[in-house]
Parts: sequence; structure tokens; C-alpha cells
Amino acid sequence: MTHRNDRTLRVGALARVEGEGAMYVRVRGRNVEEVRLDIYEPPRFFEAFLRGRAHTEPPDITARICGICPVAYQMSACQAVEAACGVTVDGPLRDLRRLLYCGEWIESHALHVYLLHAPDFLGYPGAVELARDHRPVVERGLRLKKAGNTVMEVLGGRAIHPVNVRVGGFYRTPERTELVPLAETLRRARDDALATVEWAAGFEFPDFTHDHEYLALTAERYPLEAGTLRSTGGRAFTAADFEEHVTEHQVPHSTALHAHFTGGGRYLTGPLARYSLNRDRLSPLAREAADRAGLGPECRNPFRSILVRAVEIVYAVDEALRIIADYRPPPRPAVPVPPRRATGHGATEAPRGTLYHRYDLGPDGLIQAARIIPPTSQNQAAIEDDLRRFVADRLHLDDHDLTHRCEQAIRNYDPCISCSTHFLDLTVDRS
Amino acid sequence: MGRPTEDRPDRRPERPTLAVWKFASCDGCQLTLLDCEDELLTLAGQVEIVHFREASSAAGDGPYDVSLVEGSITTAADLERIRHVRAVSRRLITIGACATAGGVQALRNFADVAEFASVVYARPEYVATLADSTPIAAHVPVDFELRGCPIDRRQLIEVLAAHLAGRRPHVPAHAVCFECKIRGNLCVMVAHGTPCLGPITHAGCGAICPAYGRGCYGCFGPSPAWSGTRPNTRGLLPWLEMTEEETRRVLSTFNVAAFHEAAEEAGPPEGPASAERAEPPRGPGGGDGR
Repeated sequence: MTHRNDRTLRVGALARVEGEGAMYVRVRGRNVEEVRLDIYEPPRFFEAFLRGRAHTEPPDITARICGICPVAYQMSACQAVEAACGVTVDGPLRDLRRLLYCGEWIESHALHVYLLHAPDFLGYPGAVELARDHRPVVERGLRLKKAGNTVMEVLGGRAIHPVNVRVGGFYRTPERTELVPLAETLRRARDDALATVEWAAGFEFPDFTHDHEYLALTAERYPLEAGTLRSTGGRAFTAADFEEHVTEHQVPHSTALHAHFTGGGRYLTGPLARYSLNRDRLSPLAREAADRAGLGPECRNPFRSILVRAVEIVYAVDEALRIIADYRPPPRPAVPVPPRRATGHGATEAPRGTLYHRYDLGPDGLIQAARIIPPTSQNQAAIEDDLRRFVADRLHLDDHDLTHRCEQAIRNYDPCISCSTHFLDLTVDRS
Repeated sequence: MGRPTEDRPDRRPERPTLAVWKFASCDGCQLTLLDCEDELLTLAGQVEIVHFREASSAAGDGPYDVSLVEGSITTAADLERIRHVRAVSRRLITIGACATAGGVQALRNFADVAEFASVVYARPEYVATLADSTPIAAHVPVDFELRGCPIDRRQLIEVLAAHLAGRRPHVPAHAVCFECKIRGNLCVMVAHGTPCLGPITHAGCGAICPAYGRGCYGCFGPSPAWSGTRPNTRGLLPWLEMTEEETRRVLSTFNVAAFHEAAEEAGPPEGPASAERAEPPRGPGGGDGR
């Protein structure tokens, strides 16, 4: 039976997200009956073709899952393989990994804040259109993005799919003198990052909050390349226990698998979770910027994630500068990682959230099985739940306006569909 | 929250129009366009970027003067879509190893894709996919192919600038070895015995790996036909001093289908060290792969 108030909202191809996804929302009267984030990004089967590969290959191969966060894949892969082989990479090599990761955070966050997310708040279809009216602002964003890319180019050889990362460390470590010009670039970037927080704090944020359990790594420093998983619900576990605590399941509308807590419900990973669980570990400058932007001890409004990303850019720039200032070249670019028959787990903080890898190595050192759980598949259930409540409170809007706002609500999460496929088309159905 | 977005009235239809399309890929090659931080706004003044999903929610209808296509064809729906893209594009330029060679996902071409799907998905029947991952040129005429996993930013700008100026792009087709000489790199194979695919790999990256003390791993694919010959894979292999299995793996990554084809054309193997007919690595088989 079709009511006059039955509506279907559809977005066939979401814009300003990484990869191919769609939205479908069906409303019957006052009831939001179905909300789906359809992921039709073609599957690429990484976990299948990693079998039979050498234990040294996952960093290069899994980087190709995502051109936006290749370093995250390289870092989780290295950590997992090294764990399997019983090797710990520490000292300057670990700091250099953190520095490379800072570069990726700066690049990826600047991309999302300026090119993908801010146009929603300012009423433009994209940054190129935004630049027609606000060129200096977009130029600032591009300058920041470039600073992140420069870190990756110097340390990694190139910004997309860096070549210098290997299991055990690097192929070549930089001399102190190579990092000095980087520090100059980063000092300018620090001013740009602080200006970004101030700029974004002036946006108008819809009154909307959620109560998802948050999951993020926690460590001595703000989490990037390692740590213990903790949740706002009091869970605490290591990467080795990830699959005991998190279960993935398949839904028909998605080539991404959905993850939830084993025996529990949905959860959210990413900048909101990371900030809320690690605020005390921000650098003083980043914490002050968060205070000035009005971010409290935790952030529960996904629209304000743009502020958290801006604060994390400040942190990443600060941290990169700290690492460069303290850097002393290690005696060798990598530690040996002889393979053995074992299983290893890795979890690091990709810009979009916790990225988990597992490798089972055989007696010949070849990979027998691989498991990769990217942030967007973990977040998909929480995103759909947000959408459901967001739509329910805004049924007075016409289809065009409501659809547009739903798309914005999805972009709050910076979903990375290329990553999660194994993940998104927005359709609103008011049947 | 802003007003609904619409195309802006200051659109200048006399500028050439540019569209960017994505098929099976990691988004890295189209990100390369956004990574042209110094050139992006200038470029946006020279061409009208009318369709670029990753960068803008405005999407103008074709036809387009230039289409940049990222990704490989892996689903029946995408096969239909690439034909449409070709029909609405004056020039179609493929960017990156997925679009020019099928990408790393072409490893499925040498395996059982149903078995692959069963390893990743509990209900493989929900997943629609073709048995092979194929380059764009296997399905529609392509005007220019830009290689690399990922493509090089400078080369992308060169290709776009050349199109705007109405000239041929200067994209040298020699091997990575030439770039090592230009960059002044020490030869990692001669000096350190590090296996390097540079002699048989298409130039374009600027010889990054050897500059970082690592052997080239072939992410730009095989160097093209030179004087009517194929890259001398057979001549290189004994130099690599790798086992047959290692050789198979190193040739079976982001341009697996292209290296495979080049090796087949090079003829049958001659010695035990030759593995140019290298089969890509296969999983241990059986079980659920865990």
C-alpha cells in the first residue's frame, strides 16, 4: 500500500568520497524503514591473492588497496608481519614510520577538510568552485596538503604508494640534512593548520549527536603506528585479539563486509573516536586549538568531525616537527625479519580509523591466509544508524534538500570505499 | 550547512571540458590530479572540470573533450559504462596500471575467481564480478595510455598540457635504466647485486626505487616495443639471481597481465634460469585459504 507520504531518496553515485557508493533511504509515513549505504565498488580480492606471496610483499601489495591512505596499509602490514616473525622495530626506525604516517594524515585530512567536506558547509559543489570566491582559503588547503605529500615524498620516495617502506624498516633512511628543509615547510604548515581550525570553527553545525561506542588505539603518544585498542565502553584488547572482539559479516547490498563487536553492537572508529579517547595525548598546541574551537573532552557530533580532523592536522605537523628535531639516523635502515611459521596481527590508525591486518605464515615463510579489516567497513553500521536518525528528524524537508543533507551526513565519515571493498550508492525510498 | 549546490553561472563553455572516471582501482591515479597542488587551480582555469565525482558533486553532461579513465574492467556493468564513456569522449586517456594493464586485481586472471570470492566473502553469490580484470583498451579505442602504479604527477600534467596545446605529449618510452643515468643513480644491480626490473620496465617514475637503494619492482609495467622487439625479459632473468618462484612473484604484481604477455611474446624459455613464461603465484589451494 502506498501512502502519499511514502518517499524514496536515492543517490546513485556519491560525490566527494573515495570510491564508488550509493545511498538508499525508504520512508513510509513517519517511519524510516530502510537505510542503506550501498557499496558497489567492484571487489578486488586482495585477501585471496595475498596467499602464496612472500612475507616481504604485503606492504607493497596492500598499499594498492587505497591510493588515499597507502601508508596506513604499509604500516599495518609491516606490524603484522613483524609480529608473526617475533621482531620489534623501535627507536629511530619507529619514529621515521611515525613521521611518514604524519605526512599521510596531513595530506589525507587536508584533502578531506578542504576539497571534500568544507564545500558542504559553504554551499559549493567542490573546491574548484569554492576557489572562485575564496581562492586564498583553497590555496591554504592545497599548501597544507602539499606539505603532507612532501613529507611522504622525502621519506617514502613518492606520495602515492611510497617505495621506501619495507618489513623491518626502510630501504634507505634519510640524513639529518635531508629533513631540515622539511622542517621549514612544516613550520609554515603549522600556521596553516591553526588557521584551518579557526576557519572551520566558524561553520554552522547541525544539532545532531550519536552515542556509538568509540574504538581507537591508545598509546603513550597520540595513536598512529601502534597501541592498545580501547573503547568508550571499557573494552581493552591488543591487535592479536582483534578478531575475538570484532566480527565481520556480509550484507547483500555491499561488497564491503560490515563489522561489529562480537556479541555486541555497532561501534565507530576514526577521528571522533581517536580524539575522544586520546585528547590528553595531543600536543599542547593541538589541545589549545581544540579548546579554542570549542571541542570538549569528547566529540559526539559527526558534523564537527571536520574540526577534529583540523586539530589532528595541527597534531601531525607538531609531531612531525618533533621527530625531525630529535632525529638521529639509525645504524642500519632495516632490521632483519626472518620468516617463520606463525600468525601476526597489526593495527594502526589510518586517517579514517583503525586498520587491522592478520597474516598466517607457513613454514616456507609464504602467506597462507590474510585478513584485512579497514575502518570504513567497521563504521558502516554506525553511519547507517546515524542516517536513519538524521532522516527521521528532518522529514519536513523536501526530497531534494533531504537527499542533499544525507549525502553531507555520509561525508562526515570520510568513507573510503576503495578500502572497504571487500563499501557505497545513496538512494532515499519514501515508498 | 550550505544551500543546495548547483552549477555556477560563470561557466565558460569555450574552455575544453574534462571528465574523470573511475573503474576498479584504488583512487590513487585520480588523486594524482588533486595532488597537483601548484597547478590545480591554474588547470581549472584552463579546462572546465565538468565531471569528477571524487572532487565535486556537480556533474555536467557530455560530450567531453578529454576523459581521464582510471581503473580496470571487472564487472558486466562497468563494461557497459566504459562504452558509454567512450561514446561521450572526444579523447580518452587511460591513467595507471589498472586502466592500462588490468592492475593488481588481474592476478585473478590466472586463478579461479569463484574460489577467490569464496575466500573474501561468506556469500560469494551476492558479489557480481567477471572472471578477468582487463585494461580499458581491450574494450574501446584509447587515445593515450599513461602508465604507472601510480601514474607520475609530472607526466599527467605533461599529457594534459600537450592536449591543450594540440601537440604530442613528451612521454619517453624507454626503460627505467635511462632515468637512473639521468638521475645519477648508482646501479643497484651492478653495485650491490640487488635484483632490479629497471632494464625491462617502462620509464616515467624518475627511477625512484634505485634512488632509495631498492631494485625497481616494475610498477610502470614492461617497457614497450622497441625496434620491433619486446623487453628482453629473458636476457635479464639470469642477472636477477632469483629462484623461479621469486621471479614469478616479482613479475606478478601491479602489471601482471602486461608482463605475462610480454614474456609470452619473447618466446619459449631457453635455460633453467629462464622463467619468462612465469606463471603468477598461486595460493596453496584447497581449504578456505585460512
